[in-house]
Amino acid sequence: MENKFFVDSEFLSEAALERKHRLETDPTFRKNHMEYMPGMEKIESDVCDDVLAHMNSYDYSKYTAKDVKAALEHETCSIEDFKALLSPAAEPFLEQMAQRARLETSKHFGNTVYLFTPLYIANYCENYCVYCGFNCYNHINRMKLSTEQIEHEMKVIADSGMEEILILTGESRAKSDIQYIGEACKTARKYFRMVGLEIYPVNTDEYRYLHECGADYVTVFQETYDADRYEQLHLLGHKRIWPYRFDAQERALRGGMRGVAFSALLGLADFRKDALASALHVYYLQRKYPHAEMSLSCPRLRPIINNENINPLDVHEKQLCQVLCAYRIFLPFVGITVSSRESAEFRNGIVKIAATKVSAGVSTGIGDHESKYSGKETEDTQGDEQFEIDDNRSLTKMYKDISDEGLQPVLNDYLYV
Amino acid sequence: MNNDKLIIGGREFDSRFILGSGKYSLNLIEAAVKDAGAEIITLAVRRANTKDRENILDYIPKGVTLLPNTSGARNAEEAVRIARLARELGCGDFVKVEIMRDSKYLLPDNQETVKATEILAKEGFVVMPYMYPDLNIARDLVNAGAAAVMPLASPIGSNKGLATKDFIQILIDEIDLPIIVDAGIGKPSQACEAMEMGAAAIMANTALATAGNLPLMAQAFRQAIEAGRKAYLAGLGRVLTRGASASDPLTGFLRN
Repeated sequence: MENKFFVDSEFLSEAALERKHRLETDPTFRKNHMEYMPGMEKIESDVCDDVLAHMNSYDYSKYTAKDVKAALEHETCSIEDFKALLSPAAEPFLEQMAQRARLETSKHFGNTVYLFTPLYIANYCENYCVYCGFNCYNHINRMKLSTEQIEHEMKVIADSGMEEILILTGESRAKSDIQYIGEACKTARKYFRMVGLEIYPVNTDEYRYLHECGADYVTVFQETYDADRYEQLHLLGHKRIWPYRFDAQERALRGGMRGVAFSALLGLADFRKDALASALHVYYLQRKYPHAEMSLSCPRLRPIINNENINPLDVHEKQLCQVLCAYRIFLPFVGITVSSRESAEFRNGIVKIAATKVSAGVSTGIGDHESKYSGKETEDTQGDEQFEIDDNRSLTKMYKDISDEGLQPVLNDYLYV
Repeated sequence: MNNDKLIIGGREFDSRFILGSGKYSLNLIEAAVKDAGAEIITLAVRRANTKDRENILDYIPKGVTLLPNTSGARNAEEAVRIARLARELGCGDFVKVEIMRDSKYLLPDNQETVKATEILAKEGFVVMPYMYPDLNIARDLVNAGAAAVMPLASPIGSNKGLATKDFIQILIDEIDLPIIVDAGIGKPSQACEAMEMGAAAIMANTALATAGNLPLMAQAFRQAIEAGRKAYLAGLGRVLTRGASASDPLTGFLRN
């Protein structure tokens, strides 16, 4: 494991530091990441086995230019074709892949690009995920918005014209319980047409409750589908339990959510295998829940507060583009979201090829929308950011830029029914 | 030809081209309506906006009949709720029922569509259901009070043309309501072919949205639909499918 992920804070007590180091260096000190903790619901599902069987046997070095050409000639993309498109052999065919991807995108989505913004309401976290700015050992300003503050932030965002919001929290059940998140959803329903959630994974009945409160879409990033690598990166907390996280989308759908979103954090492990597994996770769940809406994201590692060295390793923009084109060709019907982690140039280019949703007016900090949107200085405390973003464009700027590309920005495409 | 009107729900239309609005830029809608000569345009209720920015209703020329659709509905109950919402928003009484229980191909759920059609027709809506071309379901839709039937030609957005041609022909032959071919029409020639078969109208969206020059493609569709309609009204001449036909009649031996 790369040591560059580990940063010690001078603010940690000696006991805390000792525990942190032991977690980092002694695997036997860590909980079994495959064993459910008390209270975690276990569902019966074959999806995980199906995904892992493909991922574990995926040898991308065996694919050749011939396989890639054949894949591009096939009208429907099989799993085998998709594996070829994700392989290094496909890199010289990036332009052809982009052309094909654009065709598929336009068939299913026309010229539309959806816009949304995230709202972090709390950054308390009980997990130690070594690459994340919110991790419990990272010394940052922690904050949880009150009901009034949440409403204020939402008003500021809604006034900018935004109609879809994604509510996020750090993963702390103690600080941000289901009730608290449910209340945030109820408030959000007053201001937005579409309310999504990106919170810690919960049980089916809790997803049902959150759906009743107004949430309709659940995003859970698996981070990496390589459970052994996952174990080395998520050292402490509920998030450590890999299979409970894997089944989160299925529980969300059973709880009545309209749609679910998936992703690996590219750069944590072998990105080709992670991309394969992410798409197959969608593929198999769609077969099981054909009514559900599905979308994929494609985050790459970003620097965090107190650690500038975190980066997406071998996933350069070309590789990211390859992954996105392959996703689009294999799964023409899924939404593809590209976040503000990526540059304005990359996002302008990729919405013409494969992406169908981008964020705008983004802050990954807590309680700072008013100061960010209006430039108004505030005396209120603000919580620190989860990671650094690259594309700072406001909604108005993003709306204009997308229109200028000849595309149609869409602020809402949902009815909560 | 001048008296050749498309009649839906008691309303008369000269144009037989119904425009979808879901996939292209709002500022092109007006041009599309003008160049297509369309008198009916669909509107996704879920896209209709209550805010100032990009309100699609502002882009639709006066005199055009709005056909709100229930896209996003996964069952009859949701479709009914969306239709009622459309009426509250001032979109009129026309409604295109679209119920998809499949996010991959967006194929319509025929059973749920019949249920929703029945409820909405009773509430006074002019119901135009989008359906997979099945004769028994089409008959059920007639009995449920539909004002037209909208079978799909091929999967939505696919631009593949009349993949379900034989089954659409059966609906045209057997159902007394207007049969409006919807989804999958990718080229003017395909629209023309459907009209020659006796379809009452054509609905298209992706084919225009993804064209290089939208207004020009709108004109091409308009002309193709008009040509197909004229051919249908004129009665198609003899079409030879294989080789030449014998010039001597096979029944020439019959004496009286």
